[in-house]
Amino acid sequence: MSQDRPIIQVKDLVAKFGEVTILDRVSFDVYEGEIFVVLGESGCGKSTLMKHLVGLIRPHDGEIIIDGDELSGADSGTFQKVLRKIGVLYQSSALFGSMTLAENVALPIEEYTNLGPDSVHTLVRMKLNLMNLGGYEDFLPSELSGGMRKRAGLARAMALNPKILFFDEPSAGLDPVTSAGLDHLIIHLNETLGTTVVIVTHELQSIFAVAHRIVMLDRRTRGIIAEGDPKFLRDHSQNPFVRRFFNREADENSLGEEKSK
Amino acid sequence: MVLLLQGRMDASTAASILRDLDPLVKKQAPPSLTLDLSKVTYLDDFGALVLAQLRDRVSETQGRFLIENASENIHDLLAVLHFETLRTKTTLYKKPSPGIFVRLGEATLTHASELKYMVSFMGSVCLALIYICFHPRTLRTGDTLSYMERTGVDALPIVGLISFLLGLIIAFMSSVQLQQFGANIYVASLVGLAMTRELGPIMTAIIVAGRSGSAFAAEIGTMKVSEEVDALFTMGFDPTRFLVIPKLLAALIVVPLLTLFSDLFAMLGGLLVGVTMLDLTAGAYITQTLNTLEPFDVFWGVLKSAVFALLIAWIGCFRGFRVGGGAAGVGRATTSAVVSSIFLIILTDSMFSVILRYWG
Repeated sequence: MSQDRPIIQVKDLVAKFGEVTILDRVSFDVYEGEIFVVLGESGCGKSTLMKHLVGLIRPHDGEIIIDGDELSGADSGTFQKVLRKIGVLYQSSALFGSMTLAENVALPIEEYTNLGPDSVHTLVRMKLNLMNLGGYEDFLPSELSGGMRKRAGLARAMALNPKILFFDEPSAGLDPVTSAGLDHLIIHLNETLGTTVVIVTHELQSIFAVAHRIVMLDRRTRGIIAEGDPKFLRDHSQNPFVRRFFNREADENSLGEEKSK
Repeated sequence: MVLLLQGRMDASTAASILRDLDPLVKKQAPPSLTLDLSKVTYLDDFGALVLAQLRDRVSETQGRFLIENASENIHDLLAVLHFETLRTKTTLYKKPSPGIFVRLGEATLTHASELKYMVSFMGSVCLALIYICFHPRTLRTGDTLSYMERTGVDALPIVGLISFLLGLIIAFMSSVQLQQFGANIYVASLVGLAMTRELGPIMTAIIVAGRSGSAFAAEIGTMKVSEEVDALFTMGFDPTRFLVIPKLLAALIVVPLLTLFSDLFAMLGGLLVGVTMLDLTAGAYITQTLNTLEPFDVFWGVLKSAVFALLIAWIGCFRGFRVGGGAAGVGRATTSAVVSSIFLIILTDSMFSVILRYWG
């Protein structure tokens, strides 16, 4: 597994909602096989950045290259090809409420491979077992707890073993134990299958547990203020805001600043 | 038999590997099958599936199955997937379908509980209405006005157009018959009576059920799914008072008004046919209409439409509150809101006819 081949390249990305600029000339690379975390305070454009990376929003300006294919100018064929390489776990899992877990996971497998029904069933069972959901094949998403839904969503995102997995706030709404379990799953998938993982979160413990490298976005500059190993940044960053973020300290004048807005 | 596999065994190759190897192994039925994985560069659970199916194929003829030269990574993955105990011949998601008696019992229970909820919902609506009567300030006036606009004003063009066309059709159809007896003038009576007594209230109610009853169900259903109803409850609001009463009052006020408009537009349609095709003067048509209609006819139609309005709002909100299970549930609630309100409208209308027959 080559650690130095960039699988996602973001070049001078500009994101706008109407007239409001969310991200201004953001550039970074994600390398094959790493666990990469995008973090930052609320409202800094993390989720917007992720929506750009998975192709839900076309960039206002700049380039996003995923495994060699440029997204913003891609025709629908190329776009489909890129979509096959990625899997996304949404914050609320986005499982289809009218289908059982097994049907949710089987959907992409039946659509994109030529395997027979028996093989698909075996695969679905394998994938659900891998997420510790064995025995829940016939359950509807509404009959499950939040953590189980999350894992089922992950099983569906992993259905075709994509090269890149995106996680939007994976630990949001989960208890610490479940959340740590999910971290283990992420590391495990990364190690056994070599899946590149991109996580958008601000859960510090989870970041220190899983991240190989991070970029940190800033609301004021609408760009990146830190990039690198989270543990190193926590202890040695030149920027006081970055150190405060990693050490979970309040702004000295946070109350005053909120008031002056 | 020893097979040397090479390359990637993943989602894109698993199906074709199986297609090539499975028939081969089945035909040869070797006493032992050894898979040499030394040249496999990548293997995921799709690859594991291929291995498991080949293993099962060999074991059908009591053959031995061996994997050789698998890398550390592959070993780890197979261990995680419990490859040793993996069975491929079990099918999934086949819930045993219950027998006819079980289903009958289930349906009975569901409908009984549905009925119970319906009655208790009606009770809670009545209680909320009474509460509003004594505490008029707690009524959400802004909401009520905006629902009146959406249910009434916004529906006026479509109600007007449909009623106009309906009056046109009735006049046109009846004129063919009445002309034979030289009774052209009675077209006016027919359109006037039919619309005010029956068709006006029913058509208006059906349009409102389709436009607003469905909207009520979808709105409350979505709020239910996204826990907004729960939020209202824990914030100390009574969801019935907060969500149902404004819709109910708005419908109660605007549907009778819409019905009056519907009557009016239908008579205009009839007038158009009368003047252009039946050689009637506008004056004669209007006089005949006024002579035929009694205030009671109009009142009766308006009274019916008020009852229909209550039914539409009540059933729409009820279906909304009964939503469970996400987006599909909202869709089902919307459908059933429209279907049950149309059914109830027709049912109530026939009851009104019986009442009028024995009472009026």
